[in-house]
Amino acid sequence: MIKDKVLVRCVVNGKEVAEYVDPRESLLDMLRNRLGLTSVKKGCEVGECGACTVIIDGETIDSCIYLAVWAEGKNIRTLEGLEKNGDLTRIQEAFIEEGAIQCGFCTPGFVMSATVLLERGEVLTREAIKKHMSGNLCRCTGYQNIVNAVEKVMLEQQETEGV
Amino acid sequence: MYDIENYYNASTIEEAVRLLKEHPDTRVISGGSDVLIKIREGKMAGTSLVSIRDIKELNGITKKENGDIYIGAGTTFSHITNDPVIQENIPVLGEAVDQVGGPQIRNIGTIGGNICNGAVSADSAPTVFSLNALLRIEDGNNGRTVPIRDFYLGPGRVDLKRGEILTHVIIPAKEYQGYHGNYIKYSMRKAMDIATLSCSVVSKVNTEKNILEDVRITFGVAAPVPFRCEKTEAALKGQEISEKLYEMTEQSIRQEINPRDSWRASREFRMQIGGEIAKRALKRTIELAGGDRK
Repeated sequence: MIKDKVLVRCVVNGKEVAEYVDPRESLLDMLRNRLGLTSVKKGCEVGECGACTVIIDGETIDSCIYLAVWAEGKNIRTLEGLEKNGDLTRIQEAFIEEGAIQCGFCTPGFVMSATVLLERGEVLTREAIKKHMSGNLCRCTGYQNIVNAVEKVMLEQQETEGV
Repeated sequence: MYDIENYYNASTIEEAVRLLKEHPDTRVISGGSDVLIKIREGKMAGTSLVSIRDIKELNGITKKENGDIYIGAGTTFSHITNDPVIQENIPVLGEAVDQVGGPQIRNIGTIGGNICNGAVSADSAPTVFSLNALLRIEDGNNGRTVPIRDFYLGPGRVDLKRGEILTHVIIPAKEYQGYHGNYIKYSMRKAMDIATLSCSVVSKVNTEKNILEDVRITFGVAAPVPFRCEKTEAALKGQEISEKLYEMTEQSIRQEINPRDSWRASREFRMQIGGEIAKRALKRTIELAGGDRK
């Protein structure tokens, strides 16, 4: 029987964090319940919907199927860490402009997946964008506008680099 | 909270072997995308775990001087796809594991876990079979090396004894050099779905590029374990590359595979798809080799 908690030290949204966690606890629970990062949504809890997507060491991970103890030494980013001085990132603005938000439950997960993709600086076809976003489900089925938003920012980045 | 009885963390292979032997009721956890879900669903509720995530030797891909490629069992699917050694030498494996689940799953799921859970639908399996891979298994003593074909015993069952750890998937140089491969996964959705049927073909053509010198065809989901189509392979070897060869492949595959009815698809549908995807995958490998210039 697990009785003892384990100390986990990691960086969350740029800040060093040290928390005693239960070895049975998911990273999702740690982020929501211990750190109050409620952008990380609890959806399917079996790694299918992507609502709990966070970025760990530059890769998107479903935090529901990731034990909190595995976060030791990792660099974790959630939606809360994106804004700078109250300003949204370009992809967040593009989600608003393109109407890529309906009920909003899937949005933080989609934004995190899009963020990793856009930070790579690649220019991809619409099909390739869809593939990169395929681990996130939108129950309102607002996929077209989500892909539009990602494509828009991707093309903007390309133009800026071209200048 | 997951229903886990005890959790042990191993940082070396020796420690993992010792923990597994000391605690006979434990299961190995690596990426967790199978084990945690089975715990959540109740199928493995109350289990005890030995984590092998922190074992550094299990991570990464190296090409030895003799050309053999060693893939650490704990290497994630996305790292395999993006690895230069894989891209240069066995791109078919990188392409195959790029069809597992979705991006988040590919960032966490490992090739070792994909093989050791014994699922016939595993996206890595058909290609690993067609590449005649060897599996390196450590047990704290001398360990053993087994051909992948002897490793799968039945649905969800593999030849791994208590206290044994799969450490590397080895692709011997002679099994991939001069060969080209193609993997086709047939599923209902493009992502987040398991294969209804899948086929991986690895082939080699002669220098004139008009004769099929060697071919290996493996199906996922056509039998209880990944299935090598030996009869078809034997019939195709040495044949001239032509439309007739592809027709022959399609017919022969439908004679050889014996898929089952399931809620995903009927036996008849899988027979139809089977002939088609084997033909297409073979054609693609020959195109990659520079044959079939029509």
